[in-house]
Amino acid sequence: MTRQTQKLVLDLASYGLLLLGGILMIGPFLWMISTSFKLPADQFTKTLIPPTFTLENFRQLFSVDLNFPLLFWNSAYISILITAGQLLTCAMAAFCFAVVRFKGREALFTLLLLTLLIPPQVTLIPNFIIFKYLRLIGTSVPLWLPAFWGGAFGTFLLRQYFLTIPRDLVDAARVDGASLLQIFWRIYMPLAKPALAALAIFTFQGAWNDLLHPLVYLPSVPNTMLTVGLAFFQQQMTHGGKFTVLMSGALLSILPLLIVFFIAQRQFIEGISLTGIKR
Amino acid sequence: MEYGLKPLGREKLWLLALLMPTLIGLLFGALGSVVATVVLSFAKWDLLTPPSWAGTINYVSLVTDQKVLLSLTNTLKFTALYVPGVVVISLLVAVLMNRKLRGVSFFRTAYFLPAVTSAVATALVWNMIYGRDTGLLNFILERLGIPAVCWLCADTAMYSVVVVNIWGAIGEGMIIFLAGLTAIPREYYDAAEIDGANDVQQFFRLTVPLITPSIFFQGLMSTINAFQAFDYIYMLTRRGQGDSSIPVVVFSIYRNGWYFFNYGGASAQAIVLTVVVAIFMAIAFWLERRYVVYE
Repeated sequence: MTRQTQKLVLDLASYGLLLLGGILMIGPFLWMISTSFKLPADQFTKTLIPPTFTLENFRQLFSVDLNFPLLFWNSAYISILITAGQLLTCAMAAFCFAVVRFKGREALFTLLLLTLLIPPQVTLIPNFIIFKYLRLIGTSVPLWLPAFWGGAFGTFLLRQYFLTIPRDLVDAARVDGASLLQIFWRIYMPLAKPALAALAIFTFQGAWNDLLHPLVYLPSVPNTMLTVGLAFFQQQMTHGGKFTVLMSGALLSILPLLIVFFIAQRQFIEGISLTGIKR
Repeated sequence: MEYGLKPLGREKLWLLALLMPTLIGLLFGALGSVVATVVLSFAKWDLLTPPSWAGTINYVSLVTDQKVLLSLTNTLKFTALYVPGVVVISLLVAVLMNRKLRGVSFFRTAYFLPAVTSAVATALVWNMIYGRDTGLLNFILERLGIPAVCWLCADTAMYSVVVVNIWGAIGEGMIIFLAGLTAIPREYYDAAEIDGANDVQQFFRLTVPLITPSIFFQGLMSTINAFQAFDYIYMLTRRGQGDSSIPVVVFSIYRNGWYFFNYGGASAQAIVLTVVVAIFMAIAFWLERRYVVYE
């Protein structure tokens, strides 16, 4: 076999493997879409194209007893608050660690990084107890408030990016009489847009997809987030046999992230590689 | 301490203000939580009646309680299956994609989709796929003449759930490995080519040693994720009385606290989980010093 035919065979084999894997990766999504447009009577038919096409499942989601719009709204505003809180407070700390000279900077930063070792389950129990005594269980406050006290992950990511911004800019701004806050807000924040976008997407995705925290803080329907709502519907509907409605709910719940993903695919992927490479 | 902008006059107050959220988080969110959880782990408290001192009972019952022990072995088993699966498969996918074939960006999008969407939503589909009588997988198997399998029963659920977890994690692993692969200089391969190394030799002698940093990173991240696995297990294996067919540690913590109101026991489990993760990390970094090649 010559080198060229060997290459061709390998290319074809690669395509074959990637295609097979690709079908396994997106197959469940195609099945979700397909089932959500089927009639309840056809819920277990094994065809990808619905025998009868219907929008009835989506209409049912908006009925009073399911109250899907409330779940959607809760997921949206809680995730947005969490994202805003993280971006702001992490950027504030990251700027200090990357740019400003102060006593104990390295020690404080090391301490912050050490908190990455604490699993979220450890903070969950005492946080729950505190929020219970503040009578905030059943409200969204425990979900978004902790996002406003910074965090090692976001601070680290932004600090790494801030460090790549040329220091001459700071010196020039200083000569022009710019204050600390102006340098932060007018120079660093605008220049760090790529990193901020990556962190925003990463945080929003984590908040939108979170199950454990809303399960603890907003445990009951209808006033909860999409993930808990869907888990509850699952319990209800698998007995009643309404997989079609369940699938249309699942589809609508992933739609916002899918849209963001197709618009900002690069930032999505950057968020992962940023955290991966710059250890 | 050498570099950095010096805060002038009142700017010191601004510096404190900028750092304040992080300081509060460190004090209450991190240090306070750890101390509180440690203290709670020695107490008996259901949050309805006043707490009482429990001594080491919570820790003793971790060893004597069959259910708690089971959750720990389940987590270890899950980790042992999941971590190699994620690392090997996402490395393979990344290598295939790195061959710079036409249309590869389409595949990259497809493989990344499960990493974008919520485990809760996709678990609902996997439930339909794994269904015993009406599921898609058993339907396909029957067409091939293979008898139906109960995919989410006690003896099979572990493997079925690990498969779904790997499916959900390939996208991220692939990106980490692709970043590592593209950083390898092309000349290395040209040199290997001239020396007559075939593709398989190039992979094991050149690619694998050069991306040991990525393998290490991905292995570490997957291990942490495995210890904290919850979503798919909750969605696919939950049963009556808040139980699961394969309770793992986080599931058990959740059930202990929020189903049995045994917050002391749940805290003890959380502490043990932290210690186990810390031990694994220490082993990982020891392995890193020995085997990971940084250029």
